[in-house]
Amino acid sequence: MLLKNTYNEFIKIIAKPRSYIGLAVLTALILVILFAMKADGSSYISFVTSSFEQTLSFNGNILNGNLIAFIILQMLIVHIPLLVALVTGDLISGEAAMGTIRMLATKPISRTKIVLSKFIAGAVYTLILTIWLAFLALVVVKWMFGSGDMIVLNSNGLVILQESDIFWRYGCSFIVAYLALLTVSSLSICLSAFAENSIGPIVTTMGIIILFTIIGSLDVTVFDSIKKFLFTTHMASWRSFFEDPINLKDIWQSILILIVHNILFVVIAVLKFNKKDITS
Amino acid sequence: MNEPIIEVKHLSKKFGNFEAVKDVSFTVNKGDVFGFLGPNGAGKSTTIRCLLSLISPNAGSIAIFGKQLASHRSQILNNIGCIIEKPDFYRYLSAEKNLEIFARISGSDSTKKDIQEMLEFVGLDGRGKDKVKGFSHGMKQRLGIAQTLLHKPDLIILDEPTTGLDPQGIIEVRNLILRLKTEQNKTVVLSSHQLSEIEIIANRMVIINKGKSVIEGSVESLVNEQELLLQIELSDAENAIKVIGMEYPTLKVKHLYGSTIEIALEKELVPKINYLLVNKGFEIHSLEPKRKLEDFFMKIIQE
Repeated sequence: MLLKNTYNEFIKIIAKPRSYIGLAVLTALILVILFAMKADGSSYISFVTSSFEQTLSFNGNILNGNLIAFIILQMLIVHIPLLVALVTGDLISGEAAMGTIRMLATKPISRTKIVLSKFIAGAVYTLILTIWLAFLALVVVKWMFGSGDMIVLNSNGLVILQESDIFWRYGCSFIVAYLALLTVSSLSICLSAFAENSIGPIVTTMGIIILFTIIGSLDVTVFDSIKKFLFTTHMASWRSFFEDPINLKDIWQSILILIVHNILFVVIAVLKFNKKDITS
Repeated sequence: MNEPIIEVKHLSKKFGNFEAVKDVSFTVNKGDVFGFLGPNGAGKSTTIRCLLSLISPNAGSIAIFGKQLASHRSQILNNIGCIIEKPDFYRYLSAEKNLEIFARISGSDSTKKDIQEMLEFVGLDGRGKDKVKGFSHGMKQRLGIAQTLLHKPDLIILDEPTTGLDPQGIIEVRNLILRLKTEQNKTVVLSSHQLSEIEIIANRMVIINKGKSVIEGSVESLVNEQELLLQIELSDAENAIKVIGMEYPTLKVKHLYGSTIEIALEKELVPKINYLLVNKGFEIHSLEPKRKLEDFFMKIIQE
C-alpha cells in the first residue's frame, strides 16, 4: 500500500503545474548567471585574483566550467530551498485545503503510510531538482565554458584543484547538497502536517531557514552552543569537498546532523498526522 | 434475523471545551437504508467522521462488521465507501485519474474497464478524460458516488449527498441509492437535511439532537406513532367545521386558509369524515393526510 500511494503521489506531483515552477526558475537563474559570466566574467574573476597577482601568475582558462559550476552552486543553494518548499510544503496541507485529505484518510491505508509516501515523493522531487541542477551546472556549463583547473577562494586562502581531481568532488558535494535540500523538504512536509493551507508551511520553512541562518552567522557567544546543531549550519557542507585537505570529520558530522533532522521531522509529522482530527 | 453492521455505543467527542457529541448510540442492520437525522450542529458530521476514523472519539465504542474500529481500521475501511459533505477531488486531474488514484488505495483491483463502467453507471460516460476542475457540483457529486462504489463496498456512508444539487440531481442521487439497496443489497447510512428524502428512501433512522441520540427505529413506525393531520379542501370551510364539530365534538378542527380545514384524528376516522361531508352536500376538492416525518422531527427536537 505504501508503494501504491507513493505512486499516487508521483502522479499528483507530475500533474501539478507548481512542480514545474522550481525547474523553470532554476533553469532561468542559471541562464542569467551564465549570461553574466559570458558577458563580464573576466572582471568578476579579476576581482578575486587581483589580490594574488603580485605573488602568483594565473595562466590558462580560469573562468572555466568547473569554476562557474561552483559559483552557481554557491549562489543557488540559498534559493533552491524555496523551490523545494514550494512543492513539498503543499503535500499534506494542500490536500487539507482541497478537501481530498478526507477521501485519503477514509481509505484502508494507515495514516503513517500516507505521510511516509509523501516524504518519499518529496525526496524524489528534491532529487530530480538536484539532478537537474547538477546537469545544468556540470554538463551545460562545461559545454559552454570548457573545462580546466579550478581555483577556489575559501577562509584558508586560495585552493587550486587540478582538473582530474574535480569531478568526484562535485559528485560528493551534490550528494551532501541533496541531503541538505532533503532536510528542507522534510521540514516543510512536517510543517505541512500541522497546517490547513499551503502558504503557511512554505513561508514558515523559509522563515526557519532565515532565522537559523542569521543565528548561525551571528558571532555571539550565547549562540555558539546551538549553532552546530542547526541544520542550516550544515547546508553549506558541500563546500568542504573543495578544500585541500578535505576535513572528512566535519563532513561526516554534518551528514549525521542532517540525517538526524530528517528522521526527527518524519517522526514529528507521523505522530502529528496520526493524532490529527480531520475536520476540514 | 437482523445482522448488525454498525453498532455505536455511548459515543462522545470533545473539541477543547466544546462537547460536539455527548452520548450517541445506534445500530445499523444489514441491508438497511439508515437515515441519520438532526438539526445543524447536532453532532451528525462528527459522528459520521468518527465512523470513518477521521476523528478519534473521547469515549464510547464503534463496531463495524462485528469488529472494533479502533483496532481493525484498515480492514473495516476496506469495505466502506463514503462521501463526506461534498466529494473533493484533485482538480488538476481527470475524472478517470482521480478514480484510479482512489481505487489504488482502496484495495480494489479495478481495471480501466471497471472505471468506465462506473462512470457510465453514474451518468458520466464520455467525461472521464475531462479534468475535474471543469465539473459542476452535480457532476462532482456523481463522481463521488462512483468513487464510493468502485471498490464494491458492502457499507456506504453518505453525509449530505444531495447538498447543492438541483432537483433533477437530487432525484438522480435518490434513485441511485434506491438501486444500491434493491439491486445490490448494500447497507447505506444516509445523513441528510432533506427529511422528505429520508422518508422516501430510509427504512430505519436515528434522530440526534444536541449531541445525543434521541430516538431510533423504523421510519414507518415512528412516523405512524404520531397523530394524523388531515387537510381537506372543500366548498364551504366554515360550515364544514360546524358540521364536523356537531358530529365529533372531541375532534380538533381548524380553518387553515381559504377553503382548507385541518383535523387531528385517528386514521380510522378518515373515511367516516369523508362520508359525513359528502352526505351533507359539501364538495370535496382534495383530502390529504399530513402525517409527515417533518412534523415528527420538529416535535422530537423541540421536546
